[in-house]
Order: sequence, then C-alpha cells, then structure tokens
Amino acid sequence: MAEIAAPAPSPTRPKLALDGRAFLSRWGALLALVGLIAFNLAFTPNFATWQTLNVNLTQVCAIVIVGVGMTLVIATGGIDLSVGALMAIAGALAPLIFMGKLFPLPHPMVGVALAFVLPVLAAGALGWFNGWLVTRFRIQPIVATLVLFIAGRGIAQVMTNGNLQVFKAPEFQFIGLGRVFGIPFQAVLMVIVVAAAAWMLRRTLFGRQILAVGGNERAARLAGIPVGAVKRRAYLISGLLAGVAGLIVIARNSAADANLVGLGMELDAIAAVAVGGTLLTGGRATIVGTLVGALIIQLVRYTLLANGVPDAAALIVKAGIIVLAVWLQRQSHR
Amino acid sequence: MPSPAPQTVRRLSRHGVVIALLALILFGYLRYDNFLGTFNVLSVLRYNAMFALVSLGMAYVIMTGGIDLSVGSTAALGSVVAALLSPYGLVPGLLGGLAAGLAVGAVNALVITRLNILPFVATLATMLAASGCALLLAGNQSVSVSYETGFIELGQGDLLGFPVPAWIALAAFLAGAIALNLTAWGRTVLAVGGNEEATRLMGLPADRAKASVYLVSGALAGLAGVILAAQFGAGQPIEGVGWELFAIAAVVVGGTLLTGGVGSVGSTLAGVLLLGLIFNILNFENGLGQISLSAYWQSVVRGAFLLLVVVIQARLAGRTEEPA
Repeated sequence: MAEIAAPAPSPTRPKLALDGRAFLSRWGALLALVGLIAFNLAFTPNFATWQTLNVNLTQVCAIVIVGVGMTLVIATGGIDLSVGALMAIAGALAPLIFMGKLFPLPHPMVGVALAFVLPVLAAGALGWFNGWLVTRFRIQPIVATLVLFIAGRGIAQVMTNGNLQVFKAPEFQFIGLGRVFGIPFQAVLMVIVVAAAAWMLRRTLFGRQILAVGGNERAARLAGIPVGAVKRRAYLISGLLAGVAGLIVIARNSAADANLVGLGMELDAIAAVAVGGTLLTGGRATIVGTLVGALIIQLVRYTLLANGVPDAAALIVKAGIIVLAVWLQRQSHR
Repeated sequence: MPSPAPQTVRRLSRHGVVIALLALILFGYLRYDNFLGTFNVLSVLRYNAMFALVSLGMAYVIMTGGIDLSVGSTAALGSVVAALLSPYGLVPGLLGGLAAGLAVGAVNALVITRLNILPFVATLATMLAASGCALLLAGNQSVSVSYETGFIELGQGDLLGFPVPAWIALAAFLAGAIALNLTAWGRTVLAVGGNEEATRLMGLPADRAKASVYLVSGALAGLAGVILAAQFGAGQPIEGVGWELFAIAAVVVGGTLLTGGVGSVGSTLAGVLLLGLIFNILNFENGLGQISLSAYWQSVVRGAFLLLVVVIQARLAGRTEEPA
C-alpha cells in the first residue's frame, strides 16, 4: 500500500514548482520593473518628477528602438552585432547631407528631409546585406554581422575623416529634442515602433513566419515558408531601426562623432532582449518584453547612480541581472 | 556544381590563410623598403603578441562550439591588476594578471556548465562585470606601472634579441599546439565541438573540457593584459574594447569553424599575423606618400578581408543557397 501511496503527491508538487517558475519567467521582468519603481519612489529623492521620467526615457529610447530590431533577428535564430556600427554610419551620413557637403541642396528643408530618409535607407540596405550573407552563403549570423561590426564604424570614420561634426539644425533635431504635448518626440517614436512591431509579431503572417523560422527552420521550410526571405527582412528591419536610432542620438547631442555613436549598442540591445524574456535561440519573442528589459537595465543604472553607487559597479549589477534573467528563463523551459 | 571533398576543403581553408599571409609578406617585401627589416618585424611581433594570446584562447573556446566575448575586458582587468601589483615586482604583477584572468574564466566556466547558460550570454555578462571590476579597481583612470621593479620588461624587454612578449606568445602557441594535437584533452575539446551528446555518451568528460577552455581563455586574456600594461606603462581599464571580435575574426580567418569540432592552433597564429599586417602595410603605404589612407581604413580593410574569407570558406564548403 505504501508503495502505491508514496508516489501520489509527486506529480502535483513538481508541477506546482514548474508553474511557479513559468510564472516567474513570464512575469518576472515586469515584477522586477514594478519593484524597482516602488523602491525608487520610497528611497530615491525627487524620483517622481517629470525630469526624472524624461531623463530615463531619453536614455532608453535608442536602446529600445534598436532592441526591437534585435528581437526580430534573434527570433529567427540569428543575432545582429552590426547595429552600433550602422548607427554610426547613419549618424555620420545625416549631417553630411543637411549641411550640403555631399551634394548641393536646392532648399534647406529638402536637405533635412533627405537627411531623415537616406541614412535610414543606407542602414537598412546594410542590414539587408547582413541577411543576404546569412542566407545566401549560410554564414553564421555572428560572423556575418561581425563583418559590418568591424568595417561599418570604419566606413563612418572614413566618411567624416574621424572628425566630430557639430551642427545646429532645429528641424532635423526635432527627432531627438522635440516634444509632443511635453513628451519627448523620441519617446513617442519609441512607443510607435514597439506597438507596430508587437502587433506585427502577433497578428501578421510575417510575424508568425519569423517565429516559425526561429523555432524549427527545417519544419518551417517544409511548411513552405520562404525562410531566406523572412530572415533577410528581419535583418533589413534591424538595420532600418538602427539607422533611426543613430539619427536620434546625433540629434540629441547636436553632434555626430563616428567614433562614439552607437558604441556598445549591440550589447545593450542584446541584454535588453535577454532580460525581456525572448528566447535567445529563437522561436519565442516578446517585443514588449524587450521594452521592459531595457527599462529595467536603465532604471537599475539610474537607481544605483542616484543613490551614490559608481557607474562601474552598475556594470557588475547589470551582468548579474542578465545571467539571472536568462537562468530563470531556462528554468521554465526544462 | 559538385562540391569538393571535405578533406580538400579542410586543407584549403587551413593552408589558405598561410598562403595569403606569405603572399602579403611578399607583397610588402617587394613594395616597401625595410618591410622585412629587423625593426619592423620585431615591432609587429611585439605589438601583436597580446592579440595572439587572446586569439589562442578564443580558438579553443570556438573549437568546443562556444564563444568568449569577455576576453577584451578580461585583458583590461588583467592589465589593471598587474599594474597595481607591479611595484612588488615582475612576478607578482605577472601572477596577479593571470589570476584575474583565471577568475573571470572560472566564472564563465561555472555559469556555462553549471547553470547551462548559452556561452554567448554568459560571457557577455562577464564582459560587463570584468569591465566594471577593472574600472572600480583603477578608480576610472589608467594606473601607472612601476618602472623600478623590472615589470615593464614583460612588454618592452628583449631576450636573445627577440621581444619578450613575442617569446611568451610563441611559448603559449607551442604549448597550445601540443596540448591540442597530442593530448587526450585536445581530442576531447574537438570532440565536444563536433558532437557534444556523442562525446558525453562515449564517457568523455565533456563538461570538464568545456570548463577548461574558458579557464584557458581567461588566463591567456589575463596574460595579454599583463603585456598590455607592461608595454604601454599603464593598466588600462577601458582598453580591450573590440578585442573579442578581433580574436573571433582571427580565428575564423585561420579556418576554424565557428560551429566547433575543427580547428588549428597554427592557422590561428597565421590569422592574427594576417590581420596585424594589414595595419602595418597601411602604414607603409602611407609612408610611400602616393596615397594617404587614414588609420580608419584599417577596420574597413579588415572587415572586407573577413568578408572575403568567410565567403570563400562558404563556397569551398559547398554550402548551397537557402531556397527562396
């Protein structure tokens, strides 16, 4: 009798534990964000102010916008190391255009319009090139995008001869400094990008195809999904968004420095994606999670700085958060 | 198109890098005066020794199918620790840098084998953490090394007319080649990269092999940091940015497959020298005065070179286009 009775509780107990883990991995990031905000409200002086919100939003926008593209690429089972370099290229190109150094401008406003369009398209084209390398030659994404990671910043530096381009162009800088009803325009842009990408991933055929390719490439191919085209499009979007982020960063700084724009961005974006709960091996992705992940990383840094902890220590905490988040995620997928 | 036999492919991608290196050297020799002069050869070797060490560690990690993104900031941490210990002498500085590298490697090994976290993510995290530690220890500025204790000999000294860092790198590569080709450890490392599950089923210590490559990579990065500090007279907490990607590029150019299971220590060295020589040749080209290429061109050229190599490798391996 004892032999029959003994195993009875076991099926339920691990299941409960598993549910707890699943709960943590699904809602853990959001809980952490809420906890961080609560902690700051209680302990950080002057936290609940517009200024704090604006500072944090402007710091996080570029990471989120790049992170959305990174999420899509990672969802296909890839990775994009070139985003920081593409930001630098877009950031170097825009001032060259609206300052009329590349070609004569019929009207200043034409220059501003082209300065928005051309750099983003150039970054998109390079993103598509990444995807082409990955799909045409079956080069591992980490190596394929390493090419532009190395060469891309060099291209931006060569274009500007490594010089800082300082400018004052209010119409152009609206993307980084402008406000809509008191909210920074870049934050509005970020919300639009996140909403559009989240909708696309959930509701459109392309979104389902991305997840199918990342989940099981062979099955996706057998199901008739154009795997190569889906991947190339994901890298294209990542490139386009990196271009937009590059414009935001230079507009905010009133200067473009090819040596610094987007430096280390690929790591920030990957960290945001990982903390947000997207599966790094592909097949499962959450855009809103990436937003939450980026906010957590930014808020942790802000919390530590506001409470007198040096920036260097914040790096160590960030490392711990990344490992913890990914470990929790693994637990729920055992 | 029938693809060539795998054996030919492997041989080509292994010796291709050596042929390319020899061609580049010949080009430099014919085009520039003093290209093969003692001064140039020795300074190229001296400067590239630390990259060679980091790339050797990376090569082992990649052979197991992993990746180590933390090597650059580990080197920075090693350089800071070595600089802080340099007043106590050459040996404490050397051992301190090594120990710092080993510590980072140990964290990588634990997180990857015990917590089962992807090497890519684990080493991304330790990259941030090591950089944070380096900045904290150094107080956000570079740390001057002591010039009295002979520590700088490790970077600036000569032994038998040959730079000390180059001796260190040479010794590491010799030991590395022996360990890979002649020991059970080397076989296990390659086996893990080829097929981890099968390695486990054969009863080989797969986890131990995986852990060991991260320890080796960390230690070599720490050693590179020691040389960095000794060569430039200061521990540099913000150096090492992008070293990991240089190392990956050198390993890939050397014909080691990023999927693991295949690799050669000698070709990795050739890959390092090839990428290092590109910078050297750019300098000489500028010296001729016909064209003026800024230093920024070197990363463009390196990137283009990497592109060329991976595309050729892909074609040789006969990997076909993905449908649609």
